[in-house]
Amino acid sequence: MCLAIPGKVLEVFEDRGVRMGRADFGGTVRKVCLESLPEAGLGDYVLVHVGFALSKVDPEEAERTYRFLEELGQLGELDAPQADT
Amino acid sequence: MKYLDEYRDGRVAAKIVAEIGRVTTRPWTLMEVCGGQTHSIVKHGIDRLLPSEIELVHGPGCPVCVTPMEQIDKAHAIARSPGVIFTSFGDMLRVPGSRTDLLRLKSEGADVRIVYAPIDAVRIAQENPDREVVFFAIGFETTAPANALAVMRARALGVGNFTMLVSHVLVPPAIAAVLQSPGNRVQGFLGPGHVCTVMGYREYEAIARNYRVPVVITGFEPVDLLEGVLKTVTQLERAEARVDNQYSRVVSAAGNAGAQRLIWSAFEVCDRKWRGVGTIPKSGLRLRYELRDHDAEKRFDVGTLETREPAECISGQILRGLKKPHDCPAFGNRCSPANPLGATMVSAEGACAAYYAYGRYREAVTAS
Repeated sequence: MCLAIPGKVLEVFEDRGVRMGRADFGGTVRKVCLESLPEAGLGDYVLVHVGFALSKVDPEEAERTYRFLEELGQLGELDAPQADT
Repeated sequence: MKYLDEYRDGRVAAKIVAEIGRVTTRPWTLMEVCGGQTHSIVKHGIDRLLPSEIELVHGPGCPVCVTPMEQIDKAHAIARSPGVIFTSFGDMLRVPGSRTDLLRLKSEGADVRIVYAPIDAVRIAQENPDREVVFFAIGFETTAPANALAVMRARALGVGNFTMLVSHVLVPPAIAAVLQSPGNRVQGFLGPGHVCTVMGYREYEAIARNYRVPVVITGFEPVDLLEGVLKTVTQLERAEARVDNQYSRVVSAAGNAGAQRLIWSAFEVCDRKWRGVGTIPKSGLRLRYELRDHDAEKRFDVGTLETREPAECISGQILRGLKKPHDCPAFGNRCSPANPLGATMVSAEGACAAYYAYGRYREAVTAS
């Protein structure tokens, strides 16, 4: 429940004053809030928890962590439905 | 790719295990705080790789597990109210309250919806202006920024039909409660990596100093956990007690300042009851007074709810590191993930559920 999942930022945009983006999590694209991570831009890898980016990570860390969470069966939150923008 | 496998490489792990054996001269009891770490330790059998002197006990770090039954029963009462859309993270749907769970209420006709991000619940409220939309805001510090963002956004956009049922918990007061508990055995902690990604680790320096315990902020992979154990045992053997950061590739001392600002814009510290443990002072978050219009407990009067945990359940002692799942006579027979008696069995990250999932109930049965 508390684990953050790494994703790659594909798009950055502003939604009514909040810095948002889209990120790719092993093929699943999700909306993410980048408000607290102004340094993260296109192509960067970010650790995301329930749609909120918490920190930037390097690509190797991102790939390793993603595979690890997949093995641990901890990617379930990505299956939840998402409201459209 | 060699680098990618470094954190699961058997030879690297074996070297660290050997080093732990070399530095260990007497018994030590360590607690991992985060439920994700518990899950990883049990899945990979990390505890079984360690010298017999080192015992790992499992801490209170699963927010789904420790959400008190009163709040769960309140969630159920609200979800049953006419006109309500009740939104929640998927993990909470099967957690039993006194009488039922959200999944069962949904099958009985309540409008219960899983959301991926809390902000999605605000969107649902905007799309359904004639309905009351309630979000069940649970979690540790890791989840708090996302939940804070949702309520701040509802306020900024004037979404009056959006409220939150808040049951947030904080890690450092729980660690203090473990250390203050009579009969405490825990001598060192593996600190929670992703909680500290948000909060940094300065709060843990006061714990290390005041209670004379090492706290090593630790990641989740096998090699992370073994390194965390090595760093903790090394401090214990040298009679040191400070915060060390095994997970420095992700965690900084200060954490994410922006995320912390967001948390404190929406929430303030309060006393909070933990399922299985009881009330821990200043261990939770509630909405700030200015956001009272978005507080589901003020919007819905659910009255006083009486709850009772099964007397047989020892999850309170497990969450404080006093006992382990094997010590419970109900474990694996009268209590299982399909039919949980208490906190540590209700979520996959609870210690009892992790032991059950990875087959450790079998040895409990054969041993008895």
